[in-house]
This record gives sequence, C-alpha cells and structure tokens, in this order.
Amino acid sequence: MAQKPKVAFYWCASCGGCEEAVVDLEENILKVVDAVDIVLWPVAMDFKKKDIEAMEDGSIAVAFINGAVRMSEQEEWVHLLRKKAQMVVAFGACAHLGGIPGLANLNTKQQVFDTCYRDVPSNDNQAKTVPGLDSTVDGHHLHLPVFWDTVKSLAQVIDVDYYLPGCAPPPDLIWGAINAILTGQLPPKGAVLSPNKACCDDCPRKDTKPDKIEISEIKRPATHLMDPELCFMAQGFICMGPATRSGCGNRCIEGNMPCRGCFGPMDDVYDQGAKFLSAFASILAPKDEAGIDKLLDQIPDPTGTFYRFSLPTSLLHRRKTGAPV
Amino acid sequence: MATAAYEPRIVAFFCNWCTYTASDLAGTARLAYEPNAPVIRVMCSGRVDPQFVLKALQEGADGVLIGGCHPGDCHYQEGNYKALRRFRLLKRVLTQFGVEDERVRLEWISASEGDRVQHVINEMTHQLRALGPFHQARS
Ligand code: SF4
Ligand code: SF4
Ligand code: SF4
Ligand code: FES
Repeated sequence: MAQKPKVAFYWCASCGGCEEAVVDLEENILKVVDAVDIVLWPVAMDFKKKDIEAMEDGSIAVAFINGAVRMSEQEEWVHLLRKKAQMVVAFGACAHLGGIPGLANLNTKQQVFDTCYRDVPSNDNQAKTVPGLDSTVDGHHLHLPVFWDTVKSLAQVIDVDYYLPGCAPPPDLIWGAINAILTGQLPPKGAVLSPNKACCDDCPRKDTKPDKIEISEIKRPATHLMDPELCFMAQGFICMGPATRSGCGNRCIEGNMPCRGCFGPMDDVYDQGAKFLSAFASILAPKDEAGIDKLLDQIPDPTGTFYRFSLPTSLLHRRKTGAPV
Repeated sequence: MATAAYEPRIVAFFCNWCTYTASDLAGTARLAYEPNAPVIRVMCSGRVDPQFVLKALQEGADGVLIGGCHPGDCHYQEGNYKALRRFRLLKRVLTQFGVEDERVRLEWISASEGDRVQHVINEMTHQLRALGPFHQARS
C-alpha cells in the first residue's frame, strides 16, 4: 500500500478555536484521517518534539499551523515544522494576520505582564510573581520560553505556502483546502485560499446598501438595536465588510452582527485597517473639524476596531517602541 | 545613526490645483526653504489614501505632509472634506500607534500661498529635526 501523506497540526499563540474548527469538519474528519497520516496534533494526540526532530527533512507533506507567534518556543517549533514539511499552511486569522493576540502590539511585554500578573482585580498574586526565564521549584530547574514584546504572524517568522483565513476558518473552506492539497489543485504559492473579493459582494444585505451613505451617528452593537435586514453601514454601525475578503459565508451578518474583518484584506491591499478607515471616513457626514471630531468620539478604540485581526501585519506592525504611554 | 547626520525626510502629497501650484510659485518667487520634503503631486487631497501615509512612514519617512485646497475650493467639490475626515480619524489611529502628532500634518494652501508652503515645510522640518527619526519595527 502506498504511504499516506503525513500531516501535522500545530498551535502557537492560539485560543483553541482553530483546533475546534478542524473537529467541526464532523464526519469529513474521518475521511481526512483515512487519507492522511497525522504525525503531530498536540491538542488531540500525544507526540513529542523529539519525534518530529527525528523525522527526515521534508517528510511531512503539509503542516497546518494556527495561532500567532509571540514566544521563543513557538518560533523554534515553526522553524522545525518548516524544515520537516514540504508545505506550510497558515491556518486561521492569528497565523495569517496576527489575529486577536496581535492586539497586544499596542502594548509592551511589560504592560502585558503588569496587567496579567499584578493589576487584574481577580488576581491572587501577593508575592507578585511573574514568569521568569529560569527558576527553581522544589529542587527542579525550570526553563521557560522568552515572551516577546511583539506578536508576529506566521509569515513574519517562516516561509508560508498558503493562508487559510478566518477566526476560525469555516469547515467548508478547510475541507476545500484539504481536498485541493490532496489532489494537487492548488493556486500559486502565497495565495489566500478564499475568493479575492469583498465580503459586501456576497452579503445578503448588499441590495439594501444605498449608493450614497452619510453617517451622522456611529452606533455600536452593545448599545443600539440592529435592524435584521438593512446593511449595517447604512444603519451607522461599523461593518468591516467593504475592506474584508469574502468566503466566510457572511456568518456574522447571518447572525445579525456586523463583519469585524477576520478574513483579512483582499490581495493588493497593504493595510486592512487603513483601507477600511479610508472608506469609512469618506462616508461620514460632517465637513468641519469640530463636527468630525465629535462624531469620531463615538469610536472608543479605532485601532482595535479597524485592526482587530491584522495589527501585526499592518504597515506599522506595532506601537512605536519607546513611545510614551 | 549619529544624530548629527540626521535630517528628517518628509513625504509631501500636494494637490495639483492648489498646494502643488503654490510650491511652484514658491520656486519661481525664489523663496528659500528646507529641502527635506520632496513633493508627490496628486490630483486632489481626497486621493491620498491613508495607506500612502503609513507606507511612507514604514519605508523610512520621518513625517508626511498633505496639502489641499481650502474648504469650499476643492476642484472636485468634496475631496478635501474627505481628506479632512480621513486625516482626523487617521490621527487617532496614529496616536494609538505611538506616532507623534508633529509627524503627520494636513494643511490647506491655495495656489497663491507660496509663502505658506515655505513656512509649513520649514516649520515641520524644524519640528522633526528636534523630534528625531521615526524608528518603526520593520519585518
Ligand atoms: S484565528 Fe481565531 S479561532 Fe483561530 S486561534 Fe486565532 S483567535 Fe482562535
Ligand atoms: S457593509 Fe456590511 S452589511 Fe453592508 S453590504 Fe457590506 S458586509 Fe453587508
Ligand atoms: S463576517 Fe467578517 S468577521 Fe464574520 S466571519 Fe466573515 S469575515 Fe469574519
Ligand atoms: S482639488 Fe485640491 S483638494 Fe481637491
């Protein structure tokens, strides 16, 4: 019997949702298991790093890696997988764009540690212990990975062959990608495996989007009722649809929530947040500085909103280092 | 980088109908001003995509100057209002990115205001000289 292609799944700075997405393949997962030989999947099976190190270079057909890269251990792992795998797929928004963990790039490691280990009210850490690199507990020496100041996308650390977008990627897209890989029907290297058009193009509400929108009040899902049929932008909600790649099945819109941009930008866009900002600012009603500023006060966190999933892969990557807080 | 050798690099996006013409006028009038701001001519300040500003900063600019027609004077009616809205929103984002206020500036300069071009470029160059270079992590 011909050898089945070897497949690895790995996670870095990840919430586990992308692992869940693989399980969401439901019965198709059995077909995957039939067709391939899973050699690494830390969330589900017990493999050790040394097992992978012992493998021949290039002997893994494809490695699916989810999560952003923010620690030295993750960096070591993805370099190892790059060496062992013929193809690397950045799986999900965190690996593709930096994702939600990437929002930490508006802060420093110190600020993250202060918040997590000192300031959060639910903390019970009177000794003010923070993770260090080396420590000794009960005579056992412990060496922890280095936590970086800056969160990176996978392609900022290793060469990536394909990107599966989404937080998390939807099952049909995953299944399509696996089939394309197994049958060798892949687009050119570097492609994002989802159609290169805007979310708005597929949106069930697109016919309710007027040609000319003028926003004089910016609404938020938490504080305003949302009409279940009308284009969110026409209602005054921030919807990232115009600056986001399609292919998710408009699942947020279907659930009566505006798009938050998890599929990332279309090809030829350098910076998803700036692209959205440009489109959004142009449809605001006021024309004078005071009126504009008053309206913009209704967006409490513009960067976190426009770059919710893409901060590390934005043109500036992170908050300027050394900038005063 | 030795600070003595530091000269700010400013990328200037000037509207064809007003600020670009004003910089031409500054030239013919032989107004001397700092040579730190090479000009990119655009048809309207409304053509300046915020991505241009970020791209300039990412590629090594220390500041970006956008020049357009005074309110009410845009050749395309609304372009400068769009520019202003984008600019006000972009400034908020830039502040969150830790980019200092002096680095990105929008000015309305009409075709006859050559002296204003001189003044703004001089002022911005001096401010950025004092502020120092814009270092941003690049990958
Ligand atoms: S892309 Fe979304 S689901 Fe996947 S690891 Fe990141 S946060 Fe979780
Ligand atoms: S802006 Fe949002 S709601 Fe409106 S058409 Fe686009 S994706 Fe749909
Ligand atoms: S609607 Fe937007 S945020 Fe929601 S899944 Fe699709 S791309 Fe992601
Ligand atoms: S034509 Fe000058 S700003 Fe529009």
